[in-house]
Amino acid sequence: MSLTWFFEPFRHEFMQRALFGCALIGFTNGALSAFIVIRRLALMADAMAHSLLPGVAVALILFGLVPGTLFIGALVAALLVAFGTQIISNSSRIKEDTALGLLFACSFSLGLVLISFSRVSVNVTDYLFGNILGLGDADLWVIYFISLIVLPLLVALERPLLLTVFESSVAASQGVPVNTLKYLLMGTLVLSMISSLQAVGVILALGMLIAPAATIYLLSDSFTSMFWLGGTLGCVGSCTGLLISFWLNLPSGPCIVLVLGVIFLLAYLFSPKYGVATRLLRPRHLHEASLARWKLNEREQTPANDNEPQR
Amino acid sequence: MSYHRLEIKDLTVSYRRVPAVHHVNLELRCGSCVGLLGPNGAGKTSLFKALVGLVPLETGSMNFHGASQSLVKSAIAYLPQRTTVDWDFPITVRRMVEMGRYQVLGWWRSFRQEDRQAVDRALEAMELAEFGERQISALSGGQQQRAFLARALAQEAHVFLLDEPFSGLDKPAQDLLSGAIRRLASAGNLLVVSHHDLRTVRDLFDQVIFLNGELVAFGDTNLVFTAENIRKTFQTHIFSGSAHEPDLVL
Repeated sequence: MSLTWFFEPFRHEFMQRALFGCALIGFTNGALSAFIVIRRLALMADAMAHSLLPGVAVALILFGLVPGTLFIGALVAALLVAFGTQIISNSSRIKEDTALGLLFACSFSLGLVLISFSRVSVNVTDYLFGNILGLGDADLWVIYFISLIVLPLLVALERPLLLTVFESSVAASQGVPVNTLKYLLMGTLVLSMISSLQAVGVILALGMLIAPAATIYLLSDSFTSMFWLGGTLGCVGSCTGLLISFWLNLPSGPCIVLVLGVIFLLAYLFSPKYGVATRLLRPRHLHEASLARWKLNEREQTPANDNEPQR
Repeated sequence: MSYHRLEIKDLTVSYRRVPAVHHVNLELRCGSCVGLLGPNGAGKTSLFKALVGLVPLETGSMNFHGASQSLVKSAIAYLPQRTTVDWDFPITVRRMVEMGRYQVLGWWRSFRQEDRQAVDRALEAMELAEFGERQISALSGGQQQRAFLARALAQEAHVFLLDEPFSGLDKPAQDLLSGAIRRLASAGNLLVVSHHDLRTVRDLFDQVIFLNGELVAFGDTNLVFTAENIRKTFQTHIFSGSAHEPDLVL
């Protein structure tokens, strides 16, 4: 049987670029997803993704369709929304989710209004779903640099971040700069979101920012493994999705997220410790340990008669 | 002879200019177990938060055998109420206790043999050695509280501020926990425990602080824990004006 089809994707330069981008974005987003899942920022990340729109729109109006400026526009917009949210929630009785929801709705609307002024026609589908097969040099550099900033930062600050996400008042009492770290986490979230913008688009970026750690969360009781295995899963899963989309001639962004989704589903069902199906399949009435003890007791009580004659 | 002590002088804490704790003066000796009593909103948690620097002091100062607050961060451990923690957090008991060592190690230095031993000792002292590999939600309420204590022990804290550790515990769990707290106190640590079940005060604490916005009374339990002080603390309304006591206004 010929395996040409298997090696086919690796021969095209656009696929090599796409795989490189996928691996990096997948790992960075996957590692970061540990924090998103634990700090329950999933919806916030979603809102943030949408709020990138006005930045993109302003960049479009001012500079036309130039990739670099679109990223900077998105960055500024997202940072404004992220910090605006923190400032409003820290300085008034409005809670974080409310502040974010409000700012994100306004920001998305502003983006739509601004886009109507743009002379360039914008393909909103690309913005929402990305175009990983069209990654140019500039896009790859952006992805590369963002990974280079985000990953070492998260690794270097592992301890204070862990203290902060576990129990922030205790962390603060030990002198950890809790608020700074929360801003920093927001900042890395925005950066990762932007690096995913071109590849999978804002909607699907969300999948890459949640699914990996959500999966590992069902498999492990260690935050460190959520971080590293989440990254690995994001990387491997994204590349697998991309290859599948090539072989089966399917849209790539959705394929990537679906692969991650299927892996999550498997963990949800069959995780040894927290799986739903695993729980149902377990022996019904007894813990293994107490069952064993019970059997042992029974054997100890009966054997006197049974064993003696055998010797 | 001078003994190790935590001195609190003229301490006031305010939220948006409304005072929660008012000009409190206390001198707490190490080696004792002190109950902090007062109704809801009396400022018990605020006092704790002020002592560990979570809220700014409006007036006053504190001093732990000669060192001012900023120098004693690792000497004072704050143990929040159990309900504030996400018990589904992916962490084992041992890893949580290890977090106490971060204070000693800083952000980057790696674990040494002595750090591992400190964690072992803390787990053993709190009778949690066999639960080290459990995820934290697989502990009972009393065990969770002792795991917090173990973490503070690993931190080498000398002052333990416990926020309502006994709430929601049944009698056996309460006895185990109070045993652990007693042992810590007799080893020379200072434990300040906010508490609302007045029936158990005599069994648990050497000294009591009655707090209701301001300090109502402080001293040895057998001297200060009187019906008079309980009434003063729980029935008068220091900051709510005279609305509740119209007779006195006349």
